[in-house]
Amino acid sequence: MAAKMQFDLVSPERRLASMAVDAVQIPGADGDLTAMVDHAPLITTLRPGVLRVDGAEGGAESAYFITGGFADVAGPAITVLAEQAMPASEVTADVMDGFINQARAAYDKLRDVDASQTGVDAAAKLVADLELVKAQLVG
Amino acid sequence: MPNLKDLKNRIASVKSTRKITKAMQMVAAAKLRRAQDAAEAARPYAERMQAVMSGLAQAVDASAGGPRLLSGSGKDDVHLLVVMTAERGLCGGFNSTIVRKARVAIDTLVAQGKTVKILTVGKKGREQLKRDHSARMIGHVDLSDVKRLGYADAARIAANVLDRFDAGEFDVATIFFNRFQSVISQIPTATQIVPAQFEAPAAGAEASGAQYDYEPSEEAVLEDLLPRGVATQIFTALLENAASEQGARMSAMDNATRNAGDMIERLTIEYNRSRQAVITNELIEIISGAEAL
Repeated sequence: MAAKMQFDLVSPERRLASMAVDAVQIPGADGDLTAMVDHAPLITTLRPGVLRVDGAEGGAESAYFITGGFADVAGPAITVLAEQAMPASEVTADVMDGFINQARAAYDKLRDVDASQTGVDAAAKLVADLELVKAQLVG
Repeated sequence: MPNLKDLKNRIASVKSTRKITKAMQMVAAAKLRRAQDAAEAARPYAERMQAVMSGLAQAVDASAGGPRLLSGSGKDDVHLLVVMTAERGLCGGFNSTIVRKARVAIDTLVAQGKTVKILTVGKKGREQLKRDHSARMIGHVDLSDVKRLGYADAARIAANVLDRFDAGEFDVATIFFNRFQSVISQIPTATQIVPAQFEAPAAGAEASGAQYDYEPSEEAVLEDLLPRGVATQIFTALLENAASEQGARMSAMDNATRNAGDMIERLTIEYNRSRQAVITNELIEIISGAEAL
């Protein structure tokens, strides 16, 4: 196996993870991608989804739920800056419902103002993404 | 000569004051610890955010016509000052130093013929600024219900500021807060948040900065990042402010406790002196009475 890469997951309130890993699967805004060591430098925005980590040492938590943010991939290191993040094992149906309701309220508000506005689609997509994640994680 | 009863009451009251200030100092110390930890925990995010954004800002600047949050509204007429203070007093000069700095900024801007609008965060700043600048106050964010500062609070303030910017209510926004240096030193600081400003990246970072790919595109990423950047800056400021407040309160209460101790000592000496005086007087009366017989 090739050399490990440094992976950091930080949210505004705390650093959730910092470890050496083999690969990281990121839910990018334009589609999922997997970053391994010496990936080309890339900055991508994220959609809500599950971030998976492969080959973490010591069997640390290997999946995280994130609600968006962005990832900075730069050769030997990858940093994910998430708006909100938590280990996937802590995600419950209630937590997801909270996010979904929030997203749906925002969507309804936007749609009421002006259905042709940009951002309405994005809000709708946010709701859909969140529901998908919920299905994945808590079934 | 004050009478004994009064002195005794004074001493008792100062003693209970000392107990209170001592307790407040200890509470502040515990809270300071937590506030510092929170500020520490938020630092990696803010630093990465700044680094990515400044790199991105330069990339987009070259291609001209960036988003408004970066380029500004093209004018410099209306300034929004976001003044962040504490919800509570009894923390030394904490609130006044911020307000003083804001006042100086207001006077300078007004002298330059600019329009100034004020958004206050925290009750104390609003109370102090209301006296002279009530006409300029356009809003207030109440954080008195917030037990533990979270990113959500900062996001709410940021949304408030950005909505006003989108509505064209101001051209430049600056936040005023106290940067935490140590328990005895907090530095009032003003930081411009809109349009976004970045420190020039270090020369070394430039050299190693390989050309990044951006998904979906540079503009889209920047568009997404800038509002987050504003929220992050506000969050950092809130946390610094919270730590500063507790630090200021801790040292203010430490001083108060010490003063109360000194006062008790002085009062006790005075009390003993007058007690002796009273005894001496009584003795003189008895002796002179006995002599008279």
